Amino acid sequence: MAVAHGVRPTLAVLERHLTLYRRLWQASVFSSFVLPVLFLLSIGIGVGGYVGRVQGVDYLSWIVPGVLASTAFQIAIGESTYSVLGDFKWVRAYHAMRATPVEPVDMVRGHVLYLVFRVTIAVVAFLVVVVFFGGLHSPWALVTPVVCAVLTVSVSAPVIAFAATIDHDSYFSILFRFVVLPSTLFAGVFFPVEQLTAVLRPLAYASPLWHAVELCRAATLGRAPAWPVVVHAGYLLVWAAAGLFLAVRAFRRRLED
Amino acid sequence: MVTTLVASRVSPGRVGAVIGRNVGALRSGPSYWIVLVSGFFEPLLYLLSIGVGVGALVGDLTVDGRTMSYASFVAPAMLAVSAMSGALAETTFNFFFKLKYMKTFEAVLATPVRPVEIAVGELVWSIVRGSLYTAIFLVVMVVMGLAEPAWAVAAFPATVLVGLAFGGLGMAVSTLMRGWQDFDLMGTGQFALFLFSGTFSPVRDYPVGVEVLIQLTPLYHAVELVRGLCMGVLEWGLLGHAAYLVVLAGAGVWFASRRLTRALCD
Repeated sequence: MAVAHGVRPTLAVLERHLTLYRRLWQASVFSSFVLPVLFLLSIGIGVGGYVGRVQGVDYLSWIVPGVLASTAFQIAIGESTYSVLGDFKWVRAYHAMRATPVEPVDMVRGHVLYLVFRVTIAVVAFLVVVVFFGGLHSPWALVTPVVCAVLTVSVSAPVIAFAATIDHDSYFSILFRFVVLPSTLFAGVFFPVEQLTAVLRPLAYASPLWHAVELCRAATLGRAPAWPVVVHAGYLLVWAAAGLFLAVRAFRRRLED
Repeated sequence: MVTTLVASRVSPGRVGAVIGRNVGALRSGPSYWIVLVSGFFEPLLYLLSIGVGVGALVGDLTVDGRTMSYASFVAPAMLAVSAMSGALAETTFNFFFKLKYMKTFEAVLATPVRPVEIAVGELVWSIVRGSLYTAIFLVVMVVMGLAEPAWAVAAFPATVLVGLAFGGLGMAVSTLMRGWQDFDLMGTGQFALFLFSGTFSPVRDYPVGVEVLIQLTPLYHAVELVRGLCMGVLEWGLLGHAAYLVVLAGAGVWFASRRLTRALCD
């Protein structure tokens, strides 16, 4: 890979995703924008009516940052599965790109940048809705889109690597059921991880989602997170760096022939 | 529904062949048994997270004068959801793929099998798959002390009926789908049912208009029926819920086989 490669090929890949999105945005408009609000209404307000206060705040305010980060988490992973495998296996878009100056590293970066865009608009839309529910308590809430953007890179990159390695989409069901859903349900989105038994708690700590939830919760409630900010952010960045490395390697291997 | 089936002389052998094709197709994918069994984990994880996790924050719940733990309120609802999603997974995503992209049904129709037999075969298969999940889930509920064994046995046929109703509905909806983009709407609709059908909080809590609206939707009736049986509260209202589901199943199969006939045989 040439060092003086420039950013243009990466932007070309990003542009391709944006062009597709302009044609296909209806395919994800409900799950990106409506679903998080439904979650908030059902669990936050419906169940919240029975919960009372958690860690000193009403339940709705407590789960807003959790639902926020988990929305980012789900979009980032959801859009890194079938579409990546499909572009290798069915659409062969990556093979087409390979016939141009676009390198594997551009394909990965372009896709991740597109996901950051997708997540950011979903997250900002959700924040606007939440304001009307009185779910934000600090101007620090403005940094949550940044946290969600970092989370997007941390989780989408390894999943892109995974999708570029496998050959059959059955594995995605396993990924969703054994990784994505447990993370969403047990990484401090709906109830504090301290409630988990000591055996399970490290699993929550291992999930990038928990660290993003902690940062978002600290931001929307205007308090300090469980661990120092540097640790949470650093952990997410390690996942992002490792994921990007693995994804580029997986792309390069798959496009070798 | 029975008269429709008799009138069109549905052959059990040909229906069996449609089911057998699905079993064969499933077995040909990699790690098929993990994919199959993993479907059961979804409602279980929700039960543990919302039922037990959030339940610890909620404490006990009093609904219609009966006090129960929050987990035992949520568990029967997750059971009904499990039956719903098992049936819908098979009759929407997979059914649509076979109808529109793989053209499986066109190949099937080149044999003596007829559209109504495809519809019945796909429906029976979706119920077999859904029932596998609900049976395991009922065992988990008994083990966790969330249902008496006798009532769990009584609830099982109800979950089969729930699968039947949603299987019929799913097939009918699949024949109306234009493309993948419609699945986002359908998935969100399914998730809205999952969130608001008296699953996580009693429908009484909602404003009257919303409550009435929810009472028109199928998962509400499924949850009420299954919850009544799991708790051992036998009321005449349960028959009403069951009747709703029977009508839904019949209407779904009738509509789907009519649409299939039109789409494939003309």
